[in-house]
Amino acid sequence: MKILLKNINAIDPVTGLNETVNILIEDGIITNVESSGNMLQADKVFDFTGKYVSPGFYDMHVHFREPGREDEETVITGSNSAAAGGFTGVACMPNTEPAIDSAEVVNLIKEKAKNHLVDVDPISAVTQGRKGEVLAPMAELSESGAVAFSDDGVAVKTAAILRKALEYSHMYNKPVIEHCEDETLAGGSMNEGITSTLLGLPPVPSVAEDLTIMRDILMLEYLGAGSLHIAHISTKNGVELVRQAKKKGLKVTAEATPHHFTLTEENLKTFDTNYKMNPPLRTKEDVEAIIEGLKDGTIDVIASDHAPHSPEEKDMEFTLAPNGIIGLETELGLAITELVHKGHLTLTQLVEKFAVNPRKILNLPVPKIQAGEKANLTIFDTEEVWTVDVSKFKSKSKNSPFDKRLLTGKPVAVINNGKMFYQDRFIEI
Amino acid sequence: MSLSSKHLLGLHGVPKEDIQTILDTATTFREVLERPIKKVPTLQGKTVVNLFYESSTRTRISFELAQKRLSADTVNFSKAGSSTSKGETFKDTVKNIEAMKIDMIVVRHSSAGVPHYLTKITNANIINAGDGRHEHPTQALLDMYSIREKTGRLEGLKVCIIGDIAHSRVALSNIFGLQTMGAKVSVCGPATMIPKGIGNLGVKVYHDIDKAIAEHDVLNVLRIQLERAAGSSIPSLREYHNYFGITSERIEKNNKDVLILHPGPINRGVELSSDVADGPYQVILDQVTNGVAIRMAVLYLLGTMN
Amino acid sequence: MKIKAQLIDEAGLNRTITRLAHEILERNKGSENIVLIGMRTRGEFIAKRIHEKIKEIDKSEPPLGVLDVTLYRDDFRTRLKQPEVSVTNITFDINEKDIILIDDVLFSGRTARAALDALMDLGRPNTIQLCVLIDRGHREMPIRPDFVGKNIPTSINEEIKVKMKEIDGEDAVYLIDISED
Repeated sequence: MKILLKNINAIDPVTGLNETVNILIEDGIITNVESSGNMLQADKVFDFTGKYVSPGFYDMHVHFREPGREDEETVITGSNSAAAGGFTGVACMPNTEPAIDSAEVVNLIKEKAKNHLVDVDPISAVTQGRKGEVLAPMAELSESGAVAFSDDGVAVKTAAILRKALEYSHMYNKPVIEHCEDETLAGGSMNEGITSTLLGLPPVPSVAEDLTIMRDILMLEYLGAGSLHIAHISTKNGVELVRQAKKKGLKVTAEATPHHFTLTEENLKTFDTNYKMNPPLRTKEDVEAIIEGLKDGTIDVIASDHAPHSPEEKDMEFTLAPNGIIGLETELGLAITELVHKGHLTLTQLVEKFAVNPRKILNLPVPKIQAGEKANLTIFDTEEVWTVDVSKFKSKSKNSPFDKRLLTGKPVAVINNGKMFYQDRFIEI
Repeated sequence: MSLSSKHLLGLHGVPKEDIQTILDTATTFREVLERPIKKVPTLQGKTVVNLFYESSTRTRISFELAQKRLSADTVNFSKAGSSTSKGETFKDTVKNIEAMKIDMIVVRHSSAGVPHYLTKITNANIINAGDGRHEHPTQALLDMYSIREKTGRLEGLKVCIIGDIAHSRVALSNIFGLQTMGAKVSVCGPATMIPKGIGNLGVKVYHDIDKAIAEHDVLNVLRIQLERAAGSSIPSLREYHNYFGITSERIEKNNKDVLILHPGPINRGVELSSDVADGPYQVILDQVTNGVAIRMAVLYLLGTMN
Repeated sequence: MKIKAQLIDEAGLNRTITRLAHEILERNKGSENIVLIGMRTRGEFIAKRIHEKIKEIDKSEPPLGVLDVTLYRDDFRTRLKQPEVSVTNITFDINEKDIILIDDVLFSGRTARAALDALMDLGRPNTIQLCVLIDRGHREMPIRPDFVGKNIPTSINEEIKVKMKEIDGEDAVYLIDISED
């Protein structure tokens, strides 16, 4: 089938394409990209005047709960949620039951995702069972398709294991992704400060994150090998530590979530458990530092940390409720609203953080808008104003603090693997 | 004369008029408690549930007596620990209890914010009987009542709260309530027991107990949680007593006019020496009596609100 | 709301109180076993005035107390405005006493009913005698006053307003029209 994306503003940071074009796709392959005006013939023409197209977005930090908690999310519902959110690829974290720490579980996930529009790349645990004791079989895992290693949920338990993980994973050119939190300072329900004092919630200090970032960076520097990716960075000092490490030329990268550049600890005043996450929401100062880090490139990636939870688990006493929120379907809207429209990021930078950098970090091929390339595209609208409605989400879970929030900018369609998701349904192309 | 909210979740943000109303109304009930028949029919037909997810015999007895003396029907639901992850959820438990047609819930829970959460899942009037390290408004109200009873005022009074401020709901409610009523509030304790940012509340921090005694009209001495504090926030109870305990010698040396409050139960020889606990400076048992009157006042004001 | 008529003036009030004091003493054969209890708010001041008169006439000082019946009211669920409670101040033993319960206006009888319940919680008096300045009729309970300053039959659209120097700045009783027109 031939489809034509007509009159669309293309942004491809890799090829440098940045103009209004017509894109012809035949059986899932881009066959022609030409300046708009000429009329190519196609079976189906989509007039995307005023909309943007870029290489397909990739969220390198999601939790799909399969295997183990399929009541909260499955590989399929999570992938549907990703498609609806404007993503053509995701990397899913290993804190499943059992954990992704063997080729069997990697294969199970890949099997489930096989015919989907969205590419699902499993991230394996660093240690067996995420227990922080014995390394997971990284060679075998790499071979079966794990794209990175992480004990996400907690940091790699000891410096000794971290060292081994960085050394071992380096042989296969895979990053170690760190959830940075000092275990001995962890365990609170929110960021420590005047707000935690006022709310009487057990706090976790921001220095718990900074200390682990520092440990990891120093280890990376000492080893002179391996690559380190800091997940969901949330503190001002953490951003500065990464900035300095990058200046030294260390192979460290970082990601930030939309909630950490949008919300602050003040939001917890209602005791709504949808504001409970780890790392916790921090202060206005931290939010500003995250935005600054995104602007100057210290933070390479925007990722959701999409963490589905069942209503019965999330709708309960604050300190007992689990951490985390879903994010795939609000991520792009929040990024455009909070970062692009407020003048912090250009659209090209946004595309780099959504499409290019995550794949580079994971050593995955970056899709291009070029004739002869597989069509792996995200189409989005930067001006549409819409109200978030969690009841319409594709995700199986609804734990979002952004319900009813007004956003400007939203995904329009995604194309990948010979499929298109447009107007709420999947189409074969 | 009505309160501005149908719940008492805490004292943060509660207007001065409301606190005044509760304290004044408690005076009425203080008189009822002196009668041969310590019971009035005011809340006849109202049903109050005491939902205690954390054991607290005193607070529960105080609330229960207050309810009975107002002729309300009371039931107790106690569940120690936080076993909600298994079995029936907290929400289901509450929904079930509410379906039995109850009017008010008095709640004690180890998780901060549970009273606020209850207001979202039920229509009952909610009274916070202590949530985590957050608030314990009726305790602070009875403390203020006892102070006012002894000194005749709250405005301009210098009050120091002593102990583990970081883990204390009593401290926080006292700070909010006393400041609203125009008192000057300080805290005193080891640095490990002072929460971050407390200075932003306009609270002065003392680490010298003698100075704290000397510079205040009232000392509200908190109970040290023996099982939690020793070894984590302080090196030992002995060291705490030696450097932060209130003793007769310290009072006599620094300030013989000081008034001592303690929410109970007392750890004799830790935060208070026995001679202070039984001595002339304290009003600890008056606090207990006043506690019933304060809780009657709160139950009355919320229970008769239309 | 408008004043229809002044029913009693300052001198009139004084005369009525004097008469009530005489009647109370006469009926109880002196002041030996009586206690006076005024009901908040204006009953309290009428009780004080009667107390003064008894002192003049009998050279005796029977115990004087104040009763607040708010906690015993039957209309908590129907009133729009939450009533204000005040302190009951009865510092003497009422057991075996002859209580003179004093109020300004007797109307439905519900306040008197509440007062009887309240007094029962304080002890077991020998008798309770009800003394009111004005009885305006419209009883809803089997309550009958023992001493009446003045019987004033009223319509339901009227109200009796007793004013006392202690809080209102004047001594007077007015008939008020509360019908909406």
